[in-house]
Amino acid sequence: MKIKAKVKKDITKVKMLIKHDMETGRRKDQDGNIIPGLYITEVSASHNDQPVFYAEVGQAVSKDPYMAFSFKGGAAGDKISITWVDSSGATETGEAAIK
Amino acid sequence: MLVGDDMNLSEKNMKMDRRGFLSNLLKGAACIVTVASLPRLALAAWNEKAFKAETLEGALSSKYPGLEFVDSSAIKLKAPAIAENGAVVPVGVKTDLPDVKTISLFVEKNPSPLAATFHLTPINVADVSIRIRMGETSNLIAVVESGGKLHRVQQEVKVTIGGCGG
Repeated sequence: MKIKAKVKKDITKVKMLIKHDMETGRRKDQDGNIIPGLYITEVSASHNDQPVFYAEVGQAVSKDPYMAFSFKGGAAGDKISITWVDSSGATETGEAAIK
Repeated sequence: MLVGDDMNLSEKNMKMDRRGFLSNLLKGAACIVTVASLPRLALAAWNEKAFKAETLEGALSSKYPGLEFVDSSAIKLKAPAIAENGAVVPVGVKTDLPDVKTISLFVEKNPSPLAATFHLTPINVADVSIRIRMGETSNLIAVVESGGKLHRVQQEVKVTIGGCGG
């Protein structure tokens, strides 16, 4: 997961790029078998351990999801942490410092 | 949060660690930890009914039951007029409306119209972006929940190559 967070005029903008296939459950493999759906359902972010963002997403989100959000406050060096969970229950957490 | 919940959470975390260890063994260096139960990330749970709805009306009413929609010019929906590749359509939603609780994106003609819901708090700036899939040329609808009302705006996006492909 790539996370970029930048503060400008007291507003922190966070951009994330998550590595995930986001299988919709509608695609077929070479033999014509349906590839089972497996996609991220929830993404949450925190700033110095305080929640600042929460999104519910579905199959319609592109492969390797990109998302961006903004919040007031935040200072250079503060910790941004992002966690996602997918439809199988797999999860990953990434961290970055605000620039 | 209640103390009882905290204890539950730490119990879950312990279970997660054990399972995580096993699955790491299986997956080698993979950094993805699989757990049997879906960990709840935040305040709201994933709205399965709304995400699995197959019509726009179904998705809208499951997502926002009992609320009325107002067409609004106070929302800026940024999306391409023509998307060459329906698999990756960049979409941005911005608004100056006060007290924004949620922002949702719907693609009318997708097999499951609801694409995403962003939950905002007073510290957020109502400015979000995401890349979504569009199966075919369709209306893209952004709904902003603000002050107990639903504000909506829509735009047609022409899709040259569909993005739900098989």
